[in-house]
This record gives sequence, structure tokens and C-alpha cells, in this order.
Amino acid sequence: MTTIVFFEPDGTRREVEANPGESLMEVAVRHGVEGVDADCGGVCACATCHGHIDPAFFGRLLAMNDTEDAMLELVEDQRAANSRLLCQIQVGPELDGIVIKLPGVRR
Amino acid sequence: MPHFDVLIVGGGQAGAYAAIQLRQQGFVGTVAIAGRENELPYERPPLSKEYLLGDKEWERLLIRPASFWQEKAIALLLGLEVTAVQPTARQVTMNDGSSLGYGKLIWATGGEPRRLACPGTDLKGVHVVRTRAHADAILGQLSDVSRAVIVGGGYIGLEAAAVLRKLGKEVTLLEALPRVLARVAGEDVSSFYEAEHRAQGVDLRTSAAISAVEGLDRVSGVRLADGSLIECQMVIVGIGIIPSVEPLLAAGIKGENGIEVDDFCRTSDENIYAIGDCAAQANRFAGGAVLRVESVQNANDQAACAVKAILGEAQSYAAIPWFWSNQYDLKLQTVGISSGYDAAILRGDCAARCFSVLYLKAGRLIAVDAINATRDYVQARKLIEEWAMIAPEDLVDTSRPLKDLPRL
Repeated sequence: MTTIVFFEPDGTRREVEANPGESLMEVAVRHGVEGVDADCGGVCACATCHGHIDPAFFGRLLAMNDTEDAMLELVEDQRAANSRLLCQIQVGPELDGIVIKLPGVRR
Repeated sequence: MPHFDVLIVGGGQAGAYAAIQLRQQGFVGTVAIAGRENELPYERPPLSKEYLLGDKEWERLLIRPASFWQEKAIALLLGLEVTAVQPTARQVTMNDGSSLGYGKLIWATGGEPRRLACPGTDLKGVHVVRTRAHADAILGQLSDVSRAVIVGGGYIGLEAAAVLRKLGKEVTLLEALPRVLARVAGEDVSSFYEAEHRAQGVDLRTSAAISAVEGLDRVSGVRLADGSLIECQMVIVGIGIIPSVEPLLAAGIKGENGIEVDDFCRTSDENIYAIGDCAAQANRFAGGAVLRVESVQNANDQAACAVKAILGEAQSYAAIPWFWSNQYDLKLQTVGISSGYDAAILRGDCAARCFSVLYLKAGRLIAVDAINATRDYVQARKLIEEWAMIAPEDLVDTSRPLKDLPRL
């Protein structure tokens, strides 16, 4: 089991367990974490699973592809150097303890 | 008789999202979802893509896990269909004879797949794709299928064709109109997808007229109007939906092709809202035309709109339509509504399989279809929202990002 820590948009801390192979988006949805809508179900088509990744872990993630980088332009005003779309990050043991801040979905 | 402050009819994307939004916005009253399918709310788009391909197991389609609905005190009344509505009494009658009272009703029933109007459509092996049961029925038969006929060259039909080709089936796709995606995209996009499917081995035929589905007990072929027979063991029909709105129409709520709603997703009855595939609303991105938009985006955004109105914070619906379709290694992303365009501009190279088509009306950008061109899709979204006018000679210049192009 891998432990993931989410900070919901209102600041609530949620520590949840993740299964290997799930995406971080799926982990959040499975645990009812607020701030991840996941409109498109994980195909990098909506940018409603935007998170700011713990800088200690950010560099260890597989680099984002062009599609994800382009989709992040949709959340430009919330985007930071450590922004990622959570549907594009697969859980593995190396993510144990990662902290993700959720800026929230605007609708 | 049980009473709910908000009763949501329909447990698909729109209904589920309305319930999620009610709780997210702090609504503390009682909430129930009455859903016809005996399933937790799930995502439908994968049914014609990853789920059909076997790439995504069922649990990963759930919009929220079972525990979520309990924790949020959202009652799921599954396997129940609303058969009648009594607006004055604020009650609904269910198919098991029971009744429910409501404070506000949110109608989110989506639609029924349209069936072919020819003999033989009730033979075994003739399928549609709308629900888990539909997809499972296809999956359950696939091992016995070597040849399939897909009827309809819309997104569902094309996606199903891509999946069946990947699974090694012989596929014929029949489209009644002269081109695929005719209702939703311009000619460049249609001809590109026709060529791609043919290159993948699909026998794709346009302007095809079907006279019958043939077989004794089980389908054995599709007969065309020219007399020819296409042998197959499976037929998948993807020719659109008919909105499920009879109980509301019978109750005198205004509507025809869908339930008419105002800018706040309210029907002609102030206590009844309609959202998602079954709601017909004036859309500012279609020049104010009243239309039904069948998409996850519209389901979610109309759900949020109805919830705001119910909570007394009404805001006019203004969400820009967007949609995606994945076929083979092609990622189509569309934003805006192209119908009514008077010019279509090709940006990029079709042969490179990375391009976009920009639709203009009176010089203003109204929609974009982007194929493996996410950056165009994203940047066009903002341009469409501001009705930008950009010179066509600039739009075709792929050396500059759309967002940097000068506005006229």
C-alpha cells in the first residue's frame, strides 16, 4: 500500500491508501476527495484533476507529455511550476507519502 | 410516502453530478437519485472505447465509489423507473407502483438508443451501446464473432469500429448520409476519419441504405437496398438517441425533442428542472438556437447550473461545449458548436495526422475540431469564448500558436 496525502481546496488534509497501477486521479475519486471532478474519466481531455505536487516528489515523476502540458493551459491562472494532471500519474511505491494540493475545480 | 427535498430522476452522468454538486455546495436537505439501471452511477464514454476493448475494468468506470453516496447521504433508488409525474402534488409514480414526493425535481433521464426502422432488428446479435448491460451483451458475444456490421458513422459507431478492428474483427460500417460525422463536423474531418478507418481495414460505406437485418433466430447478415448482403454475426447500431421524457410531456411540461428549459435549466414548471441529454436549451454558442447537447460536459455543467438555481444562486448557463473522441491513436477534441459555419479553415497537415479545423461564421471563430492537436483545442477555447475575429491567413500559420495571433 502506498499512502497519498491530498489537501482539498478548503485546506482539509486527507491521507488515503492507493493501489499500484491506479492513477492519482482515480485514488482521489475512489476516496471521495474534494477538488477532483475527473470529468473525462482519465483520458487527459478535461483538466479537472489538476494538482500541485509536493516539490520533493515532483522531479521523480515521469515527465509530462505535450498533451498534458497543453491541457494545463486551461487552468493557467492556477498553474504553478509543480502543476500536473493527476490522471496522468500512475501510483507506484516511489510515491509513498507524496503530498498533493488541489486548487479546486471552477464551474 | 417517502419525500425528498430534491429528487433526481436518472442515475447517469447528469443526475450523479447534480447530487454531487448539491452536497459540495452545502445543501443539507434530503436527496435521492432514482435510476432505472441497477448500477451505481458510472461513466458512459468508455462503454464504446476502453471498456469494450477490455482495457478498463468496471470498477474504474464508477463516477464515485459506493461509500461516497452513503457518506454524502444521497439515497440511491436503483432499478426504479419513474412512469408518471404529478407536478401539482409534487409527486412521482414509480414502475413498482410506489410514489415519492419531492420539493424540487431534477429530470436527468438521458435517452434511449434509436432503433433501426427495418425488419429484423430484434434478432439476437443486434446491439446498441448506451448502458453497461448493452456493452456486456456485446462483450459476451464477441468470441463468436468474426464479422460485424456497424450501423451509423457518428462517434459511437466510429469508436466501436476502432475497438472491433483492434480486436481483430472484420468490420463493415454503414452510414446513411454521404459522409461520416455529418451532423457534428465539417467535410475535412469527415473525409479524414473515413480514410483512417479504411486504412485500418474497415469496409466503410457512405450513402448506404439498409433494407433488412436478416437471420433466423440470430443475425446472419445485413441486406442493403441495392439487394446485396453483408454477412455478419453481430450488428451494432449507433444512430443517436431519443430523449426519455414521456412522463414529463404527459404531465404537461413543455417540450418536444427534449424538455425545454430556460437559462437556469428550469422547465415550464418552476419546481422541475431538466439537465443533460434530455434537456433542450438555447445555447449561446449556437447563436441562441435551442438544442440538446449530448456530452459529459453538458451533463455536468447543466447539473451545476440547476443546483445553483435550486440553492437560490441562479446563474445563466454559459458553459462552452467541449467533447472528445478517441479512435485508434487519434485524439479528437472539439470545442464550440460548428453547425451554421460559413467557412472551415484547415490548420496543419492531415497527412501528418496532427491538425485542426477552425469553423468561422461571419468571420468569427465558433468551433474547432482538433485531431492530435491539443494545444489548438485549448487555445481555441478562449478565442471562441470571446468570439475572436482572426484573419484566415493567420489561422493557417502553424508556426505561431493560436493564442498569439492578432485579432482583427
